[in-house]
Amino acid sequence: MALLEVTDLVTRFRTDDGIVQAVSGVSFSLDRGQTLGVVGESGSGKSVTFLTVMGLVDPRHADVTGSVRFDGNELLGASFSTLRKIRGQRIGMIFQDPMTSLNPVKRIGWQLEEAVLIHNDVSRSEARRRSLEVLDEVEIPRADARIDDYPHQFSGGMRQRVMIAMALINQPDLLIADEPTTALDVTTQAQILRLMKKLQDEHGTAIVMITHDLGVVAELADDAAVMYGGRIVEEAKVQDLFAQPEMPYTWGLLGSLPRADITAARLEQIPGQPPSLLRPPNGCAFNPRCAYAFDRCRAELPELRPSPTSGEHRFRCHLDDADRLRIWTAKKAELTSTEGTAA
Amino acid sequence: MSELLAVEGLQKYFPVTRGLIFQKEVAQVKAVDGVDFTVNAGETLGVVGESGCGKSTMARCIARLLEPTAGKIVFDGRDITHLDRNAMRPIRRDMMMVFQDPYASLNARKRVGGIVGEPLEVHGIGTDEERKRRVQELLEIVGLNPEHYNRFPHEFSGGQRQRIGIARALAVNPKLIICDEPVSALDVSVQAQILNLLKDLQADFDLTYIFIAHDLNVVRHISDRVMVMYLGKPVETGSKEELYAEPKHPYSGALLSAVPIADPTLGRARRQIVLTGDVPSPINPPAACRFHPRCPRFVDGKCNVDEPLLTPVPGAKDHGYACHFPLEHWPMDEDDFRRVGGMVPATPAATSSE
Repeated sequence: MALLEVTDLVTRFRTDDGIVQAVSGVSFSLDRGQTLGVVGESGSGKSVTFLTVMGLVDPRHADVTGSVRFDGNELLGASFSTLRKIRGQRIGMIFQDPMTSLNPVKRIGWQLEEAVLIHNDVSRSEARRRSLEVLDEVEIPRADARIDDYPHQFSGGMRQRVMIAMALINQPDLLIADEPTTALDVTTQAQILRLMKKLQDEHGTAIVMITHDLGVVAELADDAAVMYGGRIVEEAKVQDLFAQPEMPYTWGLLGSLPRADITAARLEQIPGQPPSLLRPPNGCAFNPRCAYAFDRCRAELPELRPSPTSGEHRFRCHLDDADRLRIWTAKKAELTSTEGTAA
Repeated sequence: MSELLAVEGLQKYFPVTRGLIFQKEVAQVKAVDGVDFTVNAGETLGVVGESGCGKSTMARCIARLLEPTAGKIVFDGRDITHLDRNAMRPIRRDMMMVFQDPYASLNARKRVGGIVGEPLEVHGIGTDEERKRRVQELLEIVGLNPEHYNRFPHEFSGGQRQRIGIARALAVNPKLIICDEPVSALDVSVQAQILNLLKDLQADFDLTYIFIAHDLNVVRHISDRVMVMYLGKPVETGSKEELYAEPKHPYSGALLSAVPIADPTLGRARRQIVLTGDVPSPINPPAACRFHPRCPRFVDGKCNVDEPLLTPVPGAKDHGYACHFPLEHWPMDEDDFRRVGGMVPATPAATSSE
């Protein structure tokens, strides 16, 4: 049984301007010990999907339908006390900005101990012992001296380590990381990604890595899902997604990325901007920006269908198999023909 | 190719003061501490480094938005280091900036026409009617609808706002545009649009760019020459081809190795070099080589005693590094990386004091 099984998740926000369709029918599942990379640009619905999974959207402003089963239990509509037992205990979460997610007026140690004390019937000294242990585990130098520091005394990378420590302190089965390295420098990013991989190997935690960086997904994920306009538009094993992407938006994303391994004279650009979720376009959400769109794309939403090569690889596009293969083969040749020295 | 900008020994120290009234100076933040480089007309110099390496401060000193503590800036054959405001004004026409945050760098209360036309107004170019025509032309050049002349910045997306910032920089036909992280706040698909636009404009208007970014792939894409900075000093400079194919400084190597590769097979096959610790504080930067506390190739008694100077790579056209034990080849794996010229450093790099 999958650890996390999301079916037909829909999140709509009621705003003064109308209804924002942030998530429109997202389904996926994640097994223990696996990493799912969720890629998308701002406004693609990737963060809201997982806020909904965690029960963190405010029901006063949002309508949620569908199903979120975590380890067999339905989370949507679950009581606050049920959710509270799961959040922070069995599902940990890391957010993008470690400064705004730590309490600036409480010591690091206090905040870590709090996470232990809420979920476990242990003494404060036992909680402190565990906090020290987990700070060591996330490689904070001289943890025993730093545990009583305030967040502002830590650098960005160290704060993100503290966030990881806090998310992992109760040994959750699932870790949801929302852009955990976006605010960090590359060398720090490499440290944090390596640390997450190491902790996953040691504890078998499943990870959802939400990011806009295809490079991060390529490095870390087992499965990848590309989101656009509140829907998953392509999902596959990560190798398949990069080797044979099946839909125009994914082609555009790969082509618009300046690469370390490929020298392109000019980046492929996707014209226009991501769609407004207040008034999403008819048919395929990508059609206004898609170079290959035809009448059907403007009228009818493409279903998520399996690719000709693998049933696990699914995508939304009306283009037929022969056309897609032809276009991608040409694009791939274009990419490799401009290839210079590999890094 | 003629030299458009030459910077020599540029330093910028910020005082750290204590006390309300007397503001006793207790320390200095050495944000930029001795930078030399030149930029030729028509080329793009990319400046890479992590936060706190002084790249933005350097840019602001060159544009004279900050007073340099020491050093010399020669722009278009003229020493502009100590020009006063009035003397500087005509020169500002030739040197414009594009900033990182397209939300903060446009006045929210002015209309697009006013924002883009402001440099023309400041420099007293043209009549109202001519300015309006020029602004509409500029909007079209950067790919915006000229009819949006009367809109406010909040009506535009991030990418469109960055186009407005670029149109403003172009308004007075500058020679040099300093771009300070112009794409780091944008989504990838929009980032590609802006990078392509900057390249097209360079070809059309003979522009010279100083392009500051923390993303090595972006810098590699847009630059002709690259300068890698660490804690206020350049550690390596070179043509893009040389520097990316064969980095000499361990910091450049570590940076290159740390960048995620958007190819699962390639990316996972390599053995990444991961540095420990964080960039130290520029208030009391490490002695001698500033990278030594984090350097996997640190040799005690040399790196922490002798400051390495920028040394040219033998045989290379324009490639220099500041390191006593440069990388022998590239790519390298982690073990090779630690082995300095065949010997293993006696003491491993001390854990950084963060």
